[in-house]
Amino acid sequence: MDLDIVALSRLQFALTALYHFLFVPLTIGLAVIVAIMETVYVMTGRTIWRDMTKFWGLLFGINFAMGVATGVVMEFQFGMNWSYYSHYVGDVFGAPLAIEGLMAFFLEATFVGLFFFGWDKLSKVGHLITTWAVAIGSNFSALWILIANGWMQNPVGAAFNPQTMRMEVTDFYAVLTNPVAQAKFVHTVSAGYTVAAIFVLGVSAWYVLRGRHLQLAKRSMTVAASFGLAASLSVVVLGDESGYLSTEHQKMKLAAVEAMWKTEPAPAAFTAFGFPDEAARETHYAIHIPAVMGLIGTRSLTTEIPGIDDLVHRAELNIRVGISAYDALQKIREAGSDAAVPESARKIFEANGHALGYALLLKRYVDDPRQATPEQVAQAALDTVPPVAPLYWAFRTMVGLGMFFILLTGVFFVLSARRRLDAYPWLLKVAVFAIPLPWLAAECGWIVAELGRQPWVIEGVLPTAVAVSNLGAGTVLLTIAGFTLLYTVLFVIEMKLMLKSIRKGPEEHPVPPPAAYRAEADPELAALPRNPLAAAD
Amino acid sequence: MILHELVTYETLRLAWWLLLGVLLVGFAVTDGFDLGANMLLPFAGRNDLERRVIINSFGPVWEGNQVWLIVGGAAIFAAWPQLYAVAFSGFYLAMFAVLVPLILRPVAIKFRSKHEDAAWRARWDWTLFVTGLVPALIFGVAMGNVLQGVPFRLAPDMRIFYEGSFFGLLNPFALLCGLVSVAMLLMHGSAWLQLKAQGPVAERARSYGSVAALLTLVLYALAGLVLWSWIDGYRVTSALPTGGPSNPLLKTVAHQPGAWFANYAARPWLWIAPGLGLAGALLAFVGMRMRREGMALLASALAIAGIILSVGASMFPFILPSSLNPRASLTVWDSSSSHLTLFIMLVVSAIFIPIIVAYTSWVYKVLWGKVDADAIREERGHAY
Repeated sequence: MDLDIVALSRLQFALTALYHFLFVPLTIGLAVIVAIMETVYVMTGRTIWRDMTKFWGLLFGINFAMGVATGVVMEFQFGMNWSYYSHYVGDVFGAPLAIEGLMAFFLEATFVGLFFFGWDKLSKVGHLITTWAVAIGSNFSALWILIANGWMQNPVGAAFNPQTMRMEVTDFYAVLTNPVAQAKFVHTVSAGYTVAAIFVLGVSAWYVLRGRHLQLAKRSMTVAASFGLAASLSVVVLGDESGYLSTEHQKMKLAAVEAMWKTEPAPAAFTAFGFPDEAARETHYAIHIPAVMGLIGTRSLTTEIPGIDDLVHRAELNIRVGISAYDALQKIREAGSDAAVPESARKIFEANGHALGYALLLKRYVDDPRQATPEQVAQAALDTVPPVAPLYWAFRTMVGLGMFFILLTGVFFVLSARRRLDAYPWLLKVAVFAIPLPWLAAECGWIVAELGRQPWVIEGVLPTAVAVSNLGAGTVLLTIAGFTLLYTVLFVIEMKLMLKSIRKGPEEHPVPPPAAYRAEADPELAALPRNPLAAAD
Repeated sequence: MILHELVTYETLRLAWWLLLGVLLVGFAVTDGFDLGANMLLPFAGRNDLERRVIINSFGPVWEGNQVWLIVGGAAIFAAWPQLYAVAFSGFYLAMFAVLVPLILRPVAIKFRSKHEDAAWRARWDWTLFVTGLVPALIFGVAMGNVLQGVPFRLAPDMRIFYEGSFFGLLNPFALLCGLVSVAMLLMHGSAWLQLKAQGPVAERARSYGSVAALLTLVLYALAGLVLWSWIDGYRVTSALPTGGPSNPLLKTVAHQPGAWFANYAARPWLWIAPGLGLAGALLAFVGMRMRREGMALLASALAIAGIILSVGASMFPFILPSSLNPRASLTVWDSSSSHLTLFIMLVVSAIFIPIIVAYTSWVYKVLWGKVDADAIREERGHAY
């Protein structure tokens, strides 16, 4: 990788975003799980559910602090490292971020303190409302962030204004109801629920293996398994490929994810396995499953999915249209006043302005896109192919893990229904070792979505290379080093505290019948055969 | 959509300029007291229990407070994209210097008391001190630089070129503004601690707070005097249509002495803002000496509001003047979002800001009263 400012700025954004995204999904999911547990407490009055709420809430709090800490960076980085981006699309992109703050983050952050401090100060129902406010806040947060992100993938409801040299909102409703944003929201929130469910499942399984906190752990597993099964089904079935055919570059992303170099007759086959070779533009040792790709991508048997080579050809045509739009734009701007704009330029820009972004792809090679040579145009068209191999593998890792989560949570769901959660220690061990896997899947998902968007920062509108701030490479290197150091230290401390809290375990305030809890506190009683009814609530 | 045409572009820009002020004041008044209390932590709290009382005084509310900053940043992005782009990339290293404490602070608050070790806790206590001091200082320094103009220019396609350095930001006037900011938040944090803590912590907060209130008064007056005598302001010298396109390069601007006081001369009622800054600080001092904690906190909040608003009033319509190429200066009339975006965001704010204020007040009401030191000692309830 060259040490140019674009690569460094991308590296910093990727590092901080991937790091932030370690904490966000757990926050989103655990908030809901904790709220469900507290709801059961308020409805049944059984104090063990309060103990569960407090224990998982404690872990939620440690994680939440890290999420807040790393989230501030995300908010400010657009302006710091991507100032031309901020100018160019702030009119559209800034609004959902601001609404996120006003509608969601304020709610979540104001009530999270009360969640921890309000147990003695609020009524049962008052505290429950507080907990739900945190859960709803964190989920709404995801909605607005994904409306912003969805617009980067599919920039609807906006148009370029030559007077201000930027994109401006023309239809805010279209931005809100962007199909890509909706698909992403459902998919990302479900992923968060899966992360949290498997976290709760795994930690509880560890307690069961150790014979500690059995009552609390088994109830937690029941919640986690049923919630996790629903979530992992949703995350796989409602994957965000549903939005992949809505735009030209989403098609490119889909083709890259599948390493599908040539257009195939519908319905296209799914490449279950193979080694994509970007130099030779083919996939070696490919194993195809007929028709599956067409079904996933288009939800139909007759719609054709274009391959990479065709899409590159289409990009080249778009670049030529973009150059004529760029030329018209220069004429409009040179005219000075509105009245002096030549009618021909205005007409050309109206017709071709949508492809202006494609002309900007040439800025990497030539200052004035109108001066580009045919070779440069061809090269810029080739640049529209994102890195195929990383996308191909990240996608397969994510999908494979998703299938595994359905299986895992499904098995524990059945075990829980049969009251046999502790019957198979090896399964409990699998659950413990599965804890980090949803994070791996989530980070792979981020890579598919955002690396797959390259070379665009706003698809078809603004290339990433044009969007950066004019900063010195040394300056950005310095902050990359700073963030890396800080984040590494904090990660180590965070993990230690998480593990310490988990090892220490929940504080339980047992309820009658006494036999149920003494069995755990008293080693002699614990050695006695357990009363199956006691565990069954 | 034509609904937004009902409100003129001019009105919307003015409303968003005021809202920018509201968000900055909201941040400084709420998060200000916990930044101030962070700075006081090692001094007003001399043992572990006292320090935990201080942390728990703002522990349940600082997260909500900090959202004012987040929303402020996002609102600038949405309503003043050029300001967001120029200021955040231009002040790049200063922003980084603010981000590091903002990353460390939540973690420090959360992690500090989770481990018994004295050295562990001492490390986090000093971390908290720094995470209060550095942002307070840098926000003031940034304000001081904005008043002097910032070395940036805009290309015709609006690409931004910033030609200053991090150390260039640390000039004498900017540092003076930084000190005003530190003194002001120290005053505010002390007033908060007097309200929330008891015994020696409150007493020490009272001593530090009285000094800080006087310092705020003196330093703010001094900064005003320096601004009057030595710092040249900016003035628009061409036509600048209030409903025109958001393109900063369509006007001409002069850099000239006394321009920052022209608004006060034209509209004398604007003196209310600096007057509030001075009177609020004085009243906070009196309140602290008289042990009227509620009055002291209110007065210090008014002082903060007055000081921040006085800067806005003096610069209007400028929001970020350029020293390198004055005509590229960002003003209220040529660096906002589009008419439609400003309208939508105003509607959203009009709905949600009252709701936010309502539930925030409710949370403060639930948490009303002194921090219970005995509860912390006995580890009752969830305490930091």
